[in-house]
Amino acid sequence: MAEIKSSRIEVSDGALVPDKDSHSLFSAWKISFFGAVAILIILPIVWPDPYRDILKFIPDGILKTFQVTILSIIFALIIGLFTGLGRISRITIINRIATIYVEVVRGIPLLVQLFYIYYALGKMVHLPRMTSAIFAMSFCYGAYLGEIFRAGLQAIPKGQMEAALALGLSRSQAIRKIILPQTFRIIMPPVGNEFIALLKDSSLVSILAVSDLLRRGREFASTSFQYFQTYTVVALVYLVITLFLSKLVAIMEERMQQHER
Amino acid sequence: MNDKPIIRIQNAVKTFGRDIHALKGVNLEIKSGEVVLIIGPSGSGKSTLLRSVNRLETLTSGNIWIDDDSVTDQNSDIRKIREEVGMVFQSFNLFKHLTALENITMAPLTVKKTSKKEAKEQARQLLDRVGLGDKEDAYPGQLSGGQQQRVAIARALAMNPRVILFDEPTSALDPEMIKEVLDVMLDLAKEGMTMLVVSHEMGFAKAAADRVIFMDDGNIVEEGTPEELFSHPKEDRTKTFLQHIL
Ligand SMILES: Nc1ncnc2c1ncn2[C@@H]1O[C@H](COP(=O)(O)OP(=O)(O)OP(=O)(O)O)[C@@H](O)[C@H]1O
Ligand SMILES: [Mg+2]
Repeated sequence: MAEIKSSRIEVSDGALVPDKDSHSLFSAWKISFFGAVAILIILPIVWPDPYRDILKFIPDGILKTFQVTILSIIFALIIGLFTGLGRISRITIINRIATIYVEVVRGIPLLVQLFYIYYALGKMVHLPRMTSAIFAMSFCYGAYLGEIFRAGLQAIPKGQMEAALALGLSRSQAIRKIILPQTFRIIMPPVGNEFIALLKDSSLVSILAVSDLLRRGREFASTSFQYFQTYTVVALVYLVITLFLSKLVAIMEERMQQHER
Repeated sequence: MNDKPIIRIQNAVKTFGRDIHALKGVNLEIKSGEVVLIIGPSGSGKSTLLRSVNRLETLTSGNIWIDDDSVTDQNSDIRKIREEVGMVFQSFNLFKHLTALENITMAPLTVKKTSKKEAKEQARQLLDRVGLGDKEDAYPGQLSGGQQQRVAIARALAMNPRVILFDEPTSALDPEMIKEVLDVMLDLAKEGMTMLVVSHEMGFAKAAADRVIFMDDGNIVEEGTPEELFSHPKEDRTKTFLQHIL
């Protein structure tokens, strides 16, 4: 029988993850990261006006961005855990609900979900902007993380559950004490990548007038008319943050691979 | 050895899907203190039979009892029964995120609600017993196959089971590690543990088995003492099989 070669290509939409050549002096990651940092330092020195003002104006926005991201990822992790468990549940109704949730969320653009939750649902229950934003982000990323949890749970060899059951543990004890701790470990890197993706997507909440990094930039630009300068800084700040975080994820991944051996 | 059967298997039938007949009506009784070896070709139903005893597989029809507790009755408390029946797997299945000691204390702590101190003490004794007293803090990934399997046996012993099921405990091991595991099993057999063992280790069979059972195609074809079965097999199928493995 002829062997069928799989020709799948994988391109992640995540930030630039440092790869094997990252230890060399001029890796792509190093050039991008230190380049961006250097520009952010040089600009206000060479042109104090307007860069100094811009750099004074946006830190509030960075804080807000992190606030939205961290709160959303926490809620998304909780939703994702139950969604992942639901997706592997043998109870049909639970399995169906979890699967429908994932399919629905993945089929609707995040921006549309934000509009829907804030404006459409806002007609019925009025939620503060920040709450709507975090709610929408968690709702959306809960589905993505649910798929990561599902994959993680399924990656644990069947023998682990069987050994636990054979010792007299109940199914739920086995999940809590044997399966989940191992799952958490293996999903750390992909969750880290989702965190970075969420941080980038959190810029969408600026359309709800949540004053995150992008919104602060827009406010500055629209009063000072320094569009080019402001958005250059905003883009560079996002870049530095995501590159820094993706380095952390890569280190985490490397550590885990060493631990495996 | 007393004469009361501890495991009773009555007309056990197991089908997977429509047309895989893994067990075709197996009858077997194991007495307390007996060491019974199951041999047979791949796919003959050995694992399925063993896994039915603690209901990792649910029989299609037939009955299994441990003492007077029915394993096959869906209403019986299977967890209580599993406490009495230890199991050792071919691939060890140690909990990868836990140390050797924690692997052993897991079930006593969670299922039996033993105190931490007591569970640890017992686990240390068990590790000594399997010759791994110095490995309590090692994770499974840091242990050799033979060492992992010995921890797995200690883990099963921690629940003070009345029976232990072994499913090819040495067939994933490098030759030089087989003996260290078999030695532990031999000790257990000498101490009077009831053991149902799927294995093709002739040395172990001759040294420890009271009975050897030959399975083929979902049935028990022949059984007898190791001497009877290995040296004077009656059935042709047994003879052919023994020629392959001896
Ligand atoms: N979960 C399952 N689903 C479908 N078929 C199965 C399953 N488990 C076992 N079987 C089939 O049942 C039959 C008996 O399998 P079993 O694992 O009990 O054999 P075995 O004697 O232990 O073989 P081996 O020596 O290879 O371990 C085989 O045909 C096998 O393919
Ligand atoms: Mg088998």
